[in-house]
Amino acid sequence: MAKGIMEIGDSSFDSEVLQAEKPVLVDFWAPWCGPCRAIAPMVEELAEAFGDTVKFTKCNVDENPVTPTKYGIKSIPTLIFFKDGKVLDKIVGIVAKSRLEEMITNT
Amino acid sequence: MKNVDYDLVIIGGGPAGLTAGLYAARARLKVILIEKIVVGGQIVISDWIENYPGFPEGLSGSDLAQRLTEQAKRFDLNIENNAAVSVDLSDPVKTIVLNDRTVTTHTIIIATGASPKKLGVPGEETFFGKGVSSCATCDAPFFKDRIVAAVGGGDTAVKESLFLTKFVKKVYLIHRRDRLRAEMILQERAFADEKIEIIWDSVLTGIKGLTNVENITVQNVKTKEEKTLSVDGCFIWVGEIPNTKFLADGVKLDAKGFIVANLNMETSVPGVFAAGDVRNTPLRQISTAVGDGAVAAFSAGHFIENVKK
Repeated sequence: MAKGIMEIGDSSFDSEVLQAEKPVLVDFWAPWCGPCRAIAPMVEELAEAFGDTVKFTKCNVDENPVTPTKYGIKSIPTLIFFKDGKVLDKIVGIVAKSRLEEMITNT
Repeated sequence: MKNVDYDLVIIGGGPAGLTAGLYAARARLKVILIEKIVVGGQIVISDWIENYPGFPEGLSGSDLAQRLTEQAKRFDLNIENNAAVSVDLSDPVKTIVLNDRTVTTHTIIIATGASPKKLGVPGEETFFGKGVSSCATCDAPFFKDRIVAAVGGGDTAVKESLFLTKFVKKVYLIHRRDRLRAEMILQERAFADEKIEIIWDSVLTGIKGLTNVENITVQNVKTKEEKTLSVDGCFIWVGEIPNTKFLADGVKLDAKGFIVANLNMETSVPGVFAAGDVRNTPLRQISTAVGDGAVAAFSAGHFIENVKK
């Protein structure tokens, strides 16, 4: 697991994401997903830069089927930004780092 | 000679750009490669590549992207995650505006590739990521034992439809003509695959659903007959549009927006070269992009030598 990115799942989603004090970024991914691997370094860089104010997490959709279904995820990578248990922003697919930064800083 | 930041700026980090970077780095040019999203480019969404020479078993797009990057970095290629916002090519010293600064250079290789084309049909935008996709490797497992549609008839459409069959119950392959354009070997596999039903002479006219895709409408272009198909997903692979917006009118483009370049990869502007999918090339493959990248770096090297004389 990358530094600063917490692995979360169906059982911990409520406590680690919805009840979290800080805003939370959830990176929905799977080992078979090449594009997910491609964006992982970008998310790690963001975790380095914004880790103090934002909690960075990732959720393996193969091992955790409930949460992705709940949020209507049909494509990965999907990044969802939560604040106070609510979805603030959602990005589907590979995007530029500037778009990810915008998602995190526009709160 | 004026002072410039770089001998060469390569814009785009797909196979063309990374190969140009590899050659330029080995030529010891003062070079930087700018990639705005992820290195590897479009290939990172390709599940399996089996026509790139030297890999008899094939390899995944993300694996090849990683190998290309490692190889270029081994020769100290400077790769930066940044975007070229605009360029000024009117002066012999070219200026590129990046997200955070402006750089000057003697030469530029444009290797920005192309993006999947959209059809512009109702529902396409609304249901993107909710069943509409152009990336089977991102989504296929979400459609396990479901029925999906795929639109297109070229290499990508047929190859990715075949990949989808590993997961889905059925693929309707919708193609506007009465024959496919894809490589024959891919066509043979598609015809032999019981999960693929080809809907000939037909175009997608709409995508509908409540929160996710539920059905699509297709129209036969010959009989004008329209029908509705129940599907959970709709994959669109109908060609590419070149990523040339940042160039404005800086270099000559062809009617479809691809950069016009000659065999030396020279564009209409001296010192500006184009390589890979963004160029007016007859074939858009990794193998052709790689060749373009090598030639472009070689030509740029020559140009720089003359500038410095």
